[in-house]
Amino acid sequence: MKKFMMDFEKPVVELETKLEKLKRLPTKEKSGIAKEILLLEKQIDKIHESIYSNLSASEKLQIARHPNRPRTFDYVDFIFTDFIELHGDRVCGDDLALVGGPAFLEGERVMILGHQKGKDTKENVSRNFGMPHPEGYRKALRLMELAEKFNLPLICFIDTPGAYPGIEAEEHGQAAAIAQNLMKMSTLSIPIIILNIGEGGSGGALALGVGDRIFMLENSYYSVITPEGCASILWHDETRASEAAEALKLTADDLLRLEIIDGIIDEPLGGAHRDFELVGGTLKKVLEDNIKELKGVSIDKLLDDRYKRLRKIGAYAEK
Amino acid sequence: MAQLMPISEWFQKKEKYVQITPKTEKRPMPDGIWSKCAECGEIIYQKELVKNLWVCPKCDFHYKLAACDRLNILLDEGKSDEFDASLSSADPLKFEAEKTYIESLNQSREKTGLNDAVITVKGKIDSRNVIMAIMDFRFIGGSMGSVVGEKVTRAVEMAIKNKLPLVIVSSSGGARMQEGMLSLMQMAKTSAAIARFKKTGLPYISVLTNPTTGGVTASFASLGDIIIAEPQALVGFAGPRVIEKTIRQKLPKDFQKAEFMLGYGQIDLVVHRKDLKATISKLINFFTGELR
Ligand SMILES: [Zn+2]
Repeated sequence: MKKFMMDFEKPVVELETKLEKLKRLPTKEKSGIAKEILLLEKQIDKIHESIYSNLSASEKLQIARHPNRPRTFDYVDFIFTDFIELHGDRVCGDDLALVGGPAFLEGERVMILGHQKGKDTKENVSRNFGMPHPEGYRKALRLMELAEKFNLPLICFIDTPGAYPGIEAEEHGQAAAIAQNLMKMSTLSIPIIILNIGEGGSGGALALGVGDRIFMLENSYYSVITPEGCASILWHDETRASEAAEALKLTADDLLRLEIIDGIIDEPLGGAHRDFELVGGTLKKVLEDNIKELKGVSIDKLLDDRYKRLRKIGAYAEK
Repeated sequence: MAQLMPISEWFQKKEKYVQITPKTEKRPMPDGIWSKCAECGEIIYQKELVKNLWVCPKCDFHYKLAACDRLNILLDEGKSDEFDASLSSADPLKFEAEKTYIESLNQSREKTGLNDAVITVKGKIDSRNVIMAIMDFRFIGGSMGSVVGEKVTRAVEMAIKNKLPLVIVSSSGGARMQEGMLSLMQMAKTSAAIARFKKTGLPYISVLTNPTTGGVTASFASLGDIIIAEPQALVGFAGPRVIEKTIRQKLPKDFQKAEFMLGYGQIDLVVHRKDLKATISKLINFFTGELR
């Protein structure tokens, strides 16, 4: 696997490289240094613990954007069976940055939607780094309606830096496409579960984000504006993004406190990419439990609760 | 955190109406007798500008309007009953940059005489009752935080409850970053309210004025049964500077202007300010079945 180092990981990555070198020595020589290897492993564990257990907002942001972070399709492969990817908005395009289709979750038929980033530069270019155009949101709308027709619970994976700010995106109605999804999701007569697995970039994320349960992975973020954009507005200086990240209160902990999400899904120390199967397993359990619970609620109550949940969001004083 | 009032309580509460007195409101322009058109540079006698509804007599440039001036133009005799005027932001994130959020709010209050970036009223258009929300760009760029989201949502609910047509005049740079995710979620909240309004069979006219971008365009402003824009108004999701930075090229001058968006099928009509009230009136009458 290609090594990618986040700046705050530097001390541990140096030790890990040293450890790998020692482990690669021929067995004959290794026997003499077995003790050293053990010591080094212990040391690494300790540093892991200390740097990862108290991450700042901007450090979590780096994990959320880590190139090896598991993507929507990784979870789809791990959690579901018989997924069939469906394509196109039936108007003019198929947006590879927003994917979806039906699948089985154990015995349960569900519809999946998600932002999809690439694993490498080439795939990222074809998937526009997970930044959808209106075609993507309209494909999502089509699949939502399909899910409603066949009474399939909807599961949305959020992982986008934001909706794409480009010429064609504007010409094709980016704003309207997002707005239509927000309106549709508020009245969709099926259970909707939202999982933020990485980046929750503003309106482009929210367009898959209205539902009955919202969960965030421990190191994902959800924000009204990118910290870089915020810093450039506040201080005309993008390099102050880490300050902006703190001010924006965009971590899972912050958003649980602000009562915007329902729960946080733990990740292994250092991020989901360090033990993907562990996170995948937890997500599967969360989905199974919540779908079971939501299917026991009448549609009228479900929609009423969904409205009330949105209705109470906001902080203001009133005389 | 400030008190959050559940909708059930709100409905039980008596609607409090406050008469707006536009004279005490501050104008977007200095008191000078002459002013220079921001678009064509023409020196205009201010009285003439006011008479011309803040539209440049030479080039037709539509100035940004204070909410109270907009109200005067659209409602019969400029009369209306404002509701929820006391709602004010609670700084939930304790947001601090060079200026604290509280300082920004206080400055905007001082400048505009408003508590936040939208006023919501009940008034008459050609003797017909309507619920109207009018945004004011002078208040932190017309940005939508908890107060704007809540007031717009209450206005929509008021229209549902009283079975009245809904008119929302937008002017906004988008979601208000100083309230973080609470602002973003107002997009979902207002859109959900509009979804409920759609079931009433009453018309919702959305008017986009210069500029309307970001989270407001990507929620209630784009959900009108009819979408009208004023001439040359900038309308879009991403702001032009963000787009230029992303694609690393200069945008054409007409990009995202109302006429451009009309050409791309994003809005129904581009209507000059002098014809705006008559157009809204005609549409409301038609869609409520009262046009003979
Ligand atoms: Zn002019």
